Formats: sequence, C-alpha cells, structure tokens
Amino acid sequence: MTRKAWAGLAFVLPALAVIGLFFVVPVAIGLVLSLTDFDLYALVSLRNLRWVWFDNYLTLLREPLFWKALGNTVYFVVLGVPLSIGLSLGAAVLLQSPLVRFKPVLRTALFAPVVTTLVAVAVIWRYLFHTRYGLVNEALQTLGLNPVDWLGDPRWSMPTIILFAAWKNFGGNMIIFMAALQAVPSDLYEAARIDGANAWAQFRHITLPALAPTTLMVGILTTAGYFQLFAEPYVMTQGGPLQSTVSVLYLMYDQGFKWWNLGVASSVAFLLFGLIVLVTRALLKLAQRGGVA
Amino acid sequence: MTVRTSRRGVLATLLGAAAALPLASSGCSGAGAPLRFWGMGREGEVVAELLDGFRRENPGIEVQVEQLPWTAAHEKLLTAFAGDATPDIAQLGNTWVAELAALDALAPLDALAAAAPSVQKDDYFDGIWRTNIIGGRLLGLPWYVDTRLLFYRRDLLARAGFDHPPRDWDEWRRQLRALQRIGVEQPLILPNNEFEPLLALALQQGEPLLRDANTRGNFASPGFERALAFYLSLIRDGFAPVESDQQISNVWQEFGRGRFAFYLSGPWNIGEFRRRMPAALKDAWSTAPLPGPSGPGASTAGGSSLVIFERSRRKPEAFKLLEYFARPEVQGRFYDLTGDLPPRKSSWAWPALAADARARAFAAQLERVRPAPPVPEWERIVNDMQLHAAKAAAEGTDVAATAQAIDASVDAILAKRRWLHARGRA
Repeated sequence: MTRKAWAGLAFVLPALAVIGLFFVVPVAIGLVLSLTDFDLYALVSLRNLRWVWFDNYLTLLREPLFWKALGNTVYFVVLGVPLSIGLSLGAAVLLQSPLVRFKPVLRTALFAPVVTTLVAVAVIWRYLFHTRYGLVNEALQTLGLNPVDWLGDPRWSMPTIILFAAWKNFGGNMIIFMAALQAVPSDLYEAARIDGANAWAQFRHITLPALAPTTLMVGILTTAGYFQLFAEPYVMTQGGPLQSTVSVLYLMYDQGFKWWNLGVASSVAFLLFGLIVLVTRALLKLAQRGGVA
Repeated sequence: MTVRTSRRGVLATLLGAAAALPLASSGCSGAGAPLRFWGMGREGEVVAELLDGFRRENPGIEVQVEQLPWTAAHEKLLTAFAGDATPDIAQLGNTWVAELAALDALAPLDALAAAAPSVQKDDYFDGIWRTNIIGGRLLGLPWYVDTRLLFYRRDLLARAGFDHPPRDWDEWRRQLRALQRIGVEQPLILPNNEFEPLLALALQQGEPLLRDANTRGNFASPGFERALAFYLSLIRDGFAPVESDQQISNVWQEFGRGRFAFYLSGPWNIGEFRRRMPAALKDAWSTAPLPGPSGPGASTAGGSSLVIFERSRRKPEAFKLLEYFARPEVQGRFYDLTGDLPPRKSSWAWPALAADARARAFAAQLERVRPAPPVPEWERIVNDMQLHAAKAAAEGTDVAATAQAIDASVDAILAKRRWLHARGRA
C-alpha cells in the first residue's frame, strides 16, 4: 500500500472500529444466536445450548401468533403510513398557505406531539378513549351514536393505536415537507394562476410532483419506522385485547426479555429485518418505475 | 472454561473496585463490605426502617438496601446473574424462585434454617412454605404472602337476600343471579388479562396442572376442565363482563357505586378500599375466602420470599438478616408499614392484624393455598392459559377444545425442559 492509502485508512479506522464494535459484532452475534436455542437453561451452562440451525425460523413461520403479529404490523403500516404522511402533507401545505394566521403558534402546536413523552400522552389518550368516561365516546353519544370500546374491543384497538401513532408522529414529517415546500419556485404557481389553474390543480400539478422525492424519502423512513411498532401498544394495551395489538417487535420483546428466549427473539429480529429490506426495495422499485428517484 | 473464569474474575475485581470506591469515600469502618439487599417496589422503600433493630443487635454487619422497581426486577436479576453481580440477599416474587433455582443462583438454606431455632417450618402456612422448596431443597424464607379471595359488598348481598358470602360454587351462582335481579347487571369482575382467578379455581381441583415430572401440560384433565367450565360460565351467563383491567379505570370507585358486588383481589386492596371507599360505605364491604366446588376452596400461593444468592460470600451473616425478618414482631411492624400479610401463623397475633376482620379472612384462606408447579416456565404457561381462556370467553370455543389447545401450547413451551429431563439435567 502507498503512504496515501495508509493515511486514508488511519482516518477511517476509528469510525470503522466503532461501527465494527457496536454494529457488526452485535449483529453477527445476533445472527449466531438466532441459530441456537439460547434460553434460561443455556445461561446456567452452555451444555444446555443446542444448535437448532433454522428451526427457530421454521417454528416461527408455523406459529399462529407470529402470523398474527405480522398481520397486525402490516395492518398498522398499511393504514398508518398513508394516514401519517397525508396528515403531515396536509399540515405542511396548510402552514404554507398565506390564508392561515398565527403560523408560529400553529407550527409549535402541530409539532408538539413529536417532542412530548410517549408514555405521558398515552395516559391522556387512554382517558380520551375510555369506554365509559372518555371524551371521544361522549362526543359520539351527543351525535346519537353508540359508544365504542376503543381499546378493549379487538376490532377497534388497532385503529385506535394507528390514530394515536399518526397523531404522535406526523409533526416530524411535516417539518420536512415544509422545508421542501419552501424550495418550490413561486413563479411556477404564478404561471399556473395566470393560466387559470385553481388551488387543487396547482396542488396536483405543481406541489405534488415537486415534493415527489421528499415524499419517497419520507415514505421509506416512515414505513421502516412503523414496521418497528412497539412503544404504542406497550403503553396503551400491552398487546391486548386478545393479542390484537401484538406487533412483531412486541413479540420479540416478549420472547427475549420476558421469557429470556434470546434465540427465538433474535430470529424474530432477523425476519423483521428481512421484511423491512424487502418492502423498502419494493418501494424504491415502484418509485423508479414512476420516474421519481 | 479457564479463560471464562479468569474473565469473570477480572470483571468481579472491576465491579468490586467500583463498589468499593463509594464506600471508601463514605469512611466505612473496617467491618467488611456491607450486605447487599435488593428490595422491590414498596417493600424496598420501607425495609430500611426495619433495619434499626438488626443494626443494634449486629453492630458488625452493615446492610446496604438497593431498591428495584417491580417492572424491571426480573430483567435485573437475570442480568445480574449473567454479569456475576448478584446481591447477597434479594426479595423474590415466589413464582421466580423456580426460575433462579434453575440457574443454580440460590443458596440452599436447609442447614442454616435447621440450626436456627426461631425459624419453625410448622409455624408457616404450608402452601406458602412449599413455594420455596424446589427439588427438595429450601431456597428461600417466605417474607410476606399474597393470595386471592373475594371482596364483596355486604349491603348489596343483604338486599339480594343473603346474610353471608358464598361458601361454594352453587351458592355463588345463586347469589350472582339474585344480585342481577336487584339491578346489579354484572355483579362480578373477572379481568380477562388476569390469570389469578382461573388459576385459583384450577388449584381448587387438587389435580396437578403439569404431569410427567412437570414436563407436560395436564390441562385436559377433568379437574381443570371443570374449573374452566365454571370460569367460562360466569362470563357466558352474563355475571361478569368481558373486560381487561385496563378498562376498569377505577375499581374502588366502581365498587363504591355498586356497579359490581364481587371482586377477586389480594391483600393490598384492603388498605386501598379502606382509603377510597366513600365514608357512607365504610362497613358495607368485607372479604371472604374463595368459594370452592363444594365448600371453601383453595387459592393461589403468592407473595415474596427472601433468598440468599449462591455467590454471596457471607451467607451466615445474610441468614441472620433473614432470621431477623422472620421474627413475628418484625413481621408485625412490616405489616404496619406496608399492609403485607405475614407468612407465619404466630405473627397473626399482632394486635393490628388480630383486630382486623377483613385481614382474618386472608388467614383462613392462607390455610388453603396451593403452590403453582415449580418450573421456570410457569409464568409463560399461566399467561398462555389465560390467553386461551380469554379467547374462549370471547369466541365461544368449547371447554374440551380449549383445554387441549392449552396442553398443546404448554407442551411446546416445555419442550426444552423435556430434553433436559431426559438427560437428567432439569
């Protein structure tokens, strides 16, 4: 190697060492772990550890709870991601509009859920959605509708969690959209107005195409993030009722930290990782076909 | 293996050094390192107040209390074991004893207890004592007890025409129906995410819940099916709503309003109900032993034990502290501070306890508590049982099919245990 190459290596080495120690090594250990049946008994003596190769994965794929958790997670992603991004986009466009007053206050208010503690707001949401005393059900009743058992009915628990997560998270993407909106040249809008385009046509033909790369990025990040649903059901429902809010990550937590089945938990993690890679690749492919990225 | 030990040694030295630093600065006299005591939740908060007497008697033994929240306790214990950092003494939920016993983390106390005249096995409630015996060895001393029994509204029951709490299942059903007739629509609360009620009903049957040396489920037995059928009938006949405890936001308020008249709960709720029930209903509620299939029935044997860890280098000193906590008068003071019920019969002579009729119902129940099977997987098994039962309650699955489904999934949970058992290691 030349001196230059050595110098370059010396510069990246610290970063590589850190990445290796805190990322590559743990991931490799996790992968090895997922091929064993590491559990409480293995903690006593390594004699009790068995190589099970892909048994953990195969057992998981045969386990109804895993599919249920996967179904719940996909449900959450499919409904939650568009809802969350739609809210972000709507709020960003709203805050950009010259018709809206008190922008700094509104901006702060809309961004506030992102920076508040999840556990604290979850407590408030649990009160809001309480079957008997919740504000939401009271509103329904004044409209003459029957109250809904939001967090206790397996059919409603996940929609409630989706609403909660969308509300909690849309502020972050809103900021990104606002930044992107400011980069759209205003003469495009002026030209469109002169051509007689109404507000919807302007949004449809100028704002949306201009935001397409941002939307793709936000979409991929949000999807990857939403696949890792955990904290919301953990604090709101503990996975219940009837496991209707158990997500893949929740299943992993239960297996790993509650029951100490680290082998199974690791294989859940790798399955989820594989799934997220597949989905984000599919999103990218879709975007390429549409000519965005 | 040698590499491993020496690494552990290095780790221990490092940890030891870290632990010694604050001590050195606090100017501890040369009486040796203090005994490390891990207390959990409320007990961890008040235990320091009980230590004065111990310090007076044993000026040479320092005790350092470290508090753990219950929610993190289980993980902390296992991590401490993996990292060679277990304390000398810990408070342990007695369903965890089997788990730590499987890790060989606990010191057997048989010899120490036999040499201590103040620790009398026969003075302890039998079911509670047995939760500390794993594989024939005594691994902990019961510290306080917890079981489930009935909290009931005496006034509502009187209006329904009964002057006493139910004694058996039939009478319980008759009372539930009578309560419905006077307008209490769902007179019973059975939160569908709590396993204790069904477990208590199952323990009343006398049939073991696991078989083949605790390596297979025994839930498809006539006994468990009877318990499950009764449990489900309480829900299917509309006596109890299908709800989780998350949905009953304030049990005390609802109980005070008379939305329900029966509630299965533990000793801590005596204090809570006393504090939170409206003054007008001060005497309108009471507690009663759990009704069984025919006559008063058994219930769960919960609570906490005090254990000494195998890696402790000061077991005799640590046992002195256990012995101190086992004294009736210390248990009495502990009751005053926490409301936790003592595991020794002689401790129940403590004035505050003897005068409390509601607590005495627990004493009666404690004579009839049965321990759960001592396997490390128990918590998972019992959660699984409840999940199946809740599903059956919501979807109307029949009893036999549910029992078989529980067995199938319990057998899967115990697969590793069977493998170990076949090799003589479980």
